[in-house]
Amino acid sequence: MYHGAGDHVGGGLHSAFDEDEVLGKVYDVRVVARLVKYMAPVKLWLALGAGGMVVRSLATLAVPYLVAVATDRFIQTGNLGGLDIIAMIFIGVALMAWAGRYLEELYLTYAGQSIIFRLRNEMFDHLQRLSLGFFDRNKVGKIMSRVQNDVQQIQELLAGGILNIITSALTLVGIATVMLIMNTRLALLTLSVVPALVIVAIVWQQYARRAFIRVRQAIATVNAQLHEGISGVRVTQSLSREEVNSEQFDTVNRDHLSANIGAAKLRAVMMPIVEILTAMATGLVIVFGGYQVLAGEMGVGVLLGFVLYIQRFFDPVLELTMEYTEIQRAMASGARIFELLDIEPEIKDSPQATETPPVGEIGFHGVSFGYEPGVEVLHDIDLTINPGETVAIVGRTGAGKSSLANLIVRFYEVERGEVTVDGRDVRSVTQQSLRRQIGIVPQDPFLFSGSIEDNIRYGHPEAGHDEVIEAARTAGAHDFIAHLEHGYETQVGERGGNLSAGQRQFICLARAILADPPVLILDEATSSVDTDAERLMQKSLRRLVRGRTCLIIAHRLSTITDADRIIVFEGGKIAEMGSHQELLDRRGLYYNMTWALSNPA
Amino acid sequence: MDRYPRAPARLDWCGMRTLLRLVAFAQKYRVWLSLAFICMLFTTAFSLAIPRIVGEAVDIAVGRGERSSLILVALVVLGANALRGAFAYGNTYLAEAVSLKTSYDIRNALYDRLQRLSFTFHDQSQTGQLMSRATADVEAIRMFFGRGLLGTIQTLILFAGISSILVSLDWKLALITLAFLPAVGWRAIVVSNRLRPIWLKVQELMAVLGTTLEENLTGVRIVKAFSRQGEESHKFSEQATLLYDEHIRATRHRAFNMPLMVFLVNVPTALILWYGGRLVIADSLTLGGLTQFILYVGMMAMPVRRLGFLANILSRTVPAGQRVLEILDTVPAILDKPGAIELAGIKGQVRFEDVGFSYDSMAPVLTNISFSVPPGGSVALVGNLGSGKSTIAHLIPRFYDVSSGSITIDGIDVRDATMASLRRNVGIVQQDIFLFSASIRDNIAYGAVHAGMEQIAAAARAAQLHDFIESLPDGYDTWVGERGITLSGGEKQRLAIARTLLIDPGILILDDSTSSVDTGTEHLIREALEALGRGRTTFIITHRMPITKNADLILVLKEGRIVERGNHSELMERDGLYRRLYLSQLSATHGPEQSEQGV
Repeated sequence: MYHGAGDHVGGGLHSAFDEDEVLGKVYDVRVVARLVKYMAPVKLWLALGAGGMVVRSLATLAVPYLVAVATDRFIQTGNLGGLDIIAMIFIGVALMAWAGRYLEELYLTYAGQSIIFRLRNEMFDHLQRLSLGFFDRNKVGKIMSRVQNDVQQIQELLAGGILNIITSALTLVGIATVMLIMNTRLALLTLSVVPALVIVAIVWQQYARRAFIRVRQAIATVNAQLHEGISGVRVTQSLSREEVNSEQFDTVNRDHLSANIGAAKLRAVMMPIVEILTAMATGLVIVFGGYQVLAGEMGVGVLLGFVLYIQRFFDPVLELTMEYTEIQRAMASGARIFELLDIEPEIKDSPQATETPPVGEIGFHGVSFGYEPGVEVLHDIDLTINPGETVAIVGRTGAGKSSLANLIVRFYEVERGEVTVDGRDVRSVTQQSLRRQIGIVPQDPFLFSGSIEDNIRYGHPEAGHDEVIEAARTAGAHDFIAHLEHGYETQVGERGGNLSAGQRQFICLARAILADPPVLILDEATSSVDTDAERLMQKSLRRLVRGRTCLIIAHRLSTITDADRIIVFEGGKIAEMGSHQELLDRRGLYYNMTWALSNPA
Repeated sequence: MDRYPRAPARLDWCGMRTLLRLVAFAQKYRVWLSLAFICMLFTTAFSLAIPRIVGEAVDIAVGRGERSSLILVALVVLGANALRGAFAYGNTYLAEAVSLKTSYDIRNALYDRLQRLSFTFHDQSQTGQLMSRATADVEAIRMFFGRGLLGTIQTLILFAGISSILVSLDWKLALITLAFLPAVGWRAIVVSNRLRPIWLKVQELMAVLGTTLEENLTGVRIVKAFSRQGEESHKFSEQATLLYDEHIRATRHRAFNMPLMVFLVNVPTALILWYGGRLVIADSLTLGGLTQFILYVGMMAMPVRRLGFLANILSRTVPAGQRVLEILDTVPAILDKPGAIELAGIKGQVRFEDVGFSYDSMAPVLTNISFSVPPGGSVALVGNLGSGKSTIAHLIPRFYDVSSGSITIDGIDVRDATMASLRRNVGIVQQDIFLFSASIRDNIAYGAVHAGMEQIAAAARAAQLHDFIESLPDGYDTWVGERGITLSGGEKQRLAIARTLLIDPGILILDDSTSSVDTGTEHLIREALEALGRGRTTFIITHRMPITKNADLILVLKEGRIVERGNHSELMERDGLYRRLYLSQLSATHGPEQSEQGV
């Protein structure tokens, strides 16, 4: 488990989530081990890609050798036939390099992309299983950044990074080996520069790490600001705050710029360092190799070979240094991805969970509940809603009304007591079958982007067009939908396009109706609907509640006077209960609330 | 994706127009860019020269057998390399700096434009889409400036440099080599042309995927309530598959063509070995000459490989640039007129004259709306869903422009005033309440940044929010919005009211602003508003009829037309829509028995 998230079963993505994009270790065993598991299904592709890489590297190493052989054996001896053969071999080697590189690019990318594809899907699926508590604690933007940016980071590592690293490492080893074989003493002398390079790289890393962390944090701030700027644009414009916002954005954008410039300097500074070290090695070879040539201990060709190899030696070193930070970032991303995948849903179907048959009766037995430990929202609730009964719940904002609804569909787990459907504890049935029985029309009329028809069909995708219209009619939404230019095909966006909040609520109602659940919960579902429309909704509701168990949460009395029973909530407890008339006669809380509404100032 | 008003497609040969427009962004930094260019020239020159220096120096040293000159040669090499390193530093750093500064400018420009684009634009766009343009696409453009632009030039110079050295060494051998270059260039163009539409698709699919994810996370309650997790996963997976397919298509093109280009450079090496070898044997070329030639041809492989990388960057840049420019080119539907007047100290007379309105290509939403409110008057707008009440409210602060007719404030057409001054004088509390990730204090002071604590608290008090805020452990410093505490619908509404009250507008519009508030609180807010409404022109949109009772003018709307107007008692005398609405709600609150009679 990562960052201790596993210690809290189903806990939020703790500190790591806040510190956004912190770099990880360069080699995190757990992350690598997990990634290896993802490689197993694509091992054939990986093998083909690796094969291609080996072929290509060998072909590349063979070129100078072929030139040397051609020069020494054939050109200097005037062997024309041999020259023909070597030229053909050369072409063959070049073809092999082509084939090798083709295999390498193609199959390694295939493998990388399918790993990414699987990771993305797994994360999305996993998010579908997590409970609402998780989404309360972790904001959308943060979760999105894990599914998008972190996966992107891994993709870059798999697509380019690892390839570069392996190729660079192979080249380094290859060159060092060839040099050692050619002239061990001179090779050791040349390689003596390497420790200096290692020290420089280590020191550089200390700075680079800090610089890159700063860059990551700066970009996260920029994106957050950007996101808010777009989401809140209507408020901004109505309060004429564009200038101030642009200035604020400029500030974070400038921070990002300066963090990046710092990082760019660090990246660039490696160039002269590597150049000078290369030159030092070249100088050593020229001086000491030159002595050996002059002393007749070594041929000129070897000396030239050494010089050329050194020029090639430091390129991969530079490459490795640059990739180092990429690997760290990818490791951190990997850790964050797996941390998310390891979070257990707080609410899971028990192994013995059964499918619930259509239900009607809902019971609360000594239920206490709070969203956060220590802060109880509901205290010791006992309540039975009979099959077919319509119960209305009223009370002040924050009195715990919506929590009741959340517990019935098991969005959250009770702290004490139990919630039952037809006498069965909701924890003993599968969540899916439970929620199929219970329809919720939520307070916030959320629509998905798509047509109105798609949205109504959301809970019952197989429904035909006629059924959709029927549901809309029942909800009282048909008339206004039919009046829209594109009717049921009207596209609604994340904010419901040009639909008013009330219109969206009607569509949400139609959506719940089409799903046709035996139990219906209306959570302030009519708050944005105007009076005339509400009367319409009342009528449809009256039809709707017939034969259904119905729970209506409302702050508007007109919605609830029809209810069989009205429950007044106060401070997380049931304060009053009875029919409209009974409660009026009692002259208690309910009476006062009614009075306030019907006697405006 | 196709929902943005697109500029008419102009001829954009291979994306050249887009590239040129992007380059124009870097114009500000042309001095830096020129310096980077000069550094790059020197780096390239040293790269070309160093092998020659080394080779010839060694020849001289070894040929003369002078040990001492070996040290001199070593020092020359050290110096040359150090200089090349310094220039490479300059080149890399300056190019990166230019790319960073340019993307900084583009990001600022995008933010600014998005802030100013009118409601019409934002109604039609998705946050995820816009975000992906401002992040991924800007990043792709940055890559272009950091590596693509100078990288391409450097590659061309390397080609030219190596070519001319080859020609100077032996023109016949040079011709053999150079004959293959057009083929290489041709492949590079073909690949980047094929990759460009794929990358455009990839960027678009990324945005689609982002939108799906965002909606899924935002609508998680609905997803769960309808047990649609399976279908959602399926949908996501389908989109991810499309993305995967595009990546694979891009890979196929790359995997085949990039190595092909390297191969096309390797073939001349073989030919030179074969033909040049014969020349050496025939004594018309020296062995050293051949070796040098082969080494320089070998150097050619580097820019060719780079060409593949560059083709990739370039083909990503053009679609990214198009997507960014698309936003930057979108002109806000509503702009200040040249010479627009600053509205200040308005009296608050509002007049609608024969106003008609329709959203783009939609049926008319408002028709023939005419009315006039005296300064300090109050207007209540009532009517059914979609009757156009909110639209009227949105037209006053000019969130949308009227399609016909005019709206005047104190006799000044709203289109003649600057938007900033207009909106400072027209406060609107909207239906959907958006809070920013900031403290409660900053949220209330959102429109009046310089307001003091006294004023903020006064606004909160007026909105009946002060006591609640004080009851929080951190009081006014409590963090709300994305990363803060969750407020209830009623608390949010009161915060939005406080926020609007703080700018002290002469005209106040409450668009269904008390719907989520319980009756007790509403009662209090209503009292406060009435006190505050005095001296202000007030528009109230509500479906709670009792609120309308005290309005000076009630406008009853139906299908975008005013069907009744008057004050409460006048309208009650008439047996019209208003009376019916009013009675129906009143009766609803008094029980089902009476409600039947009310119909």
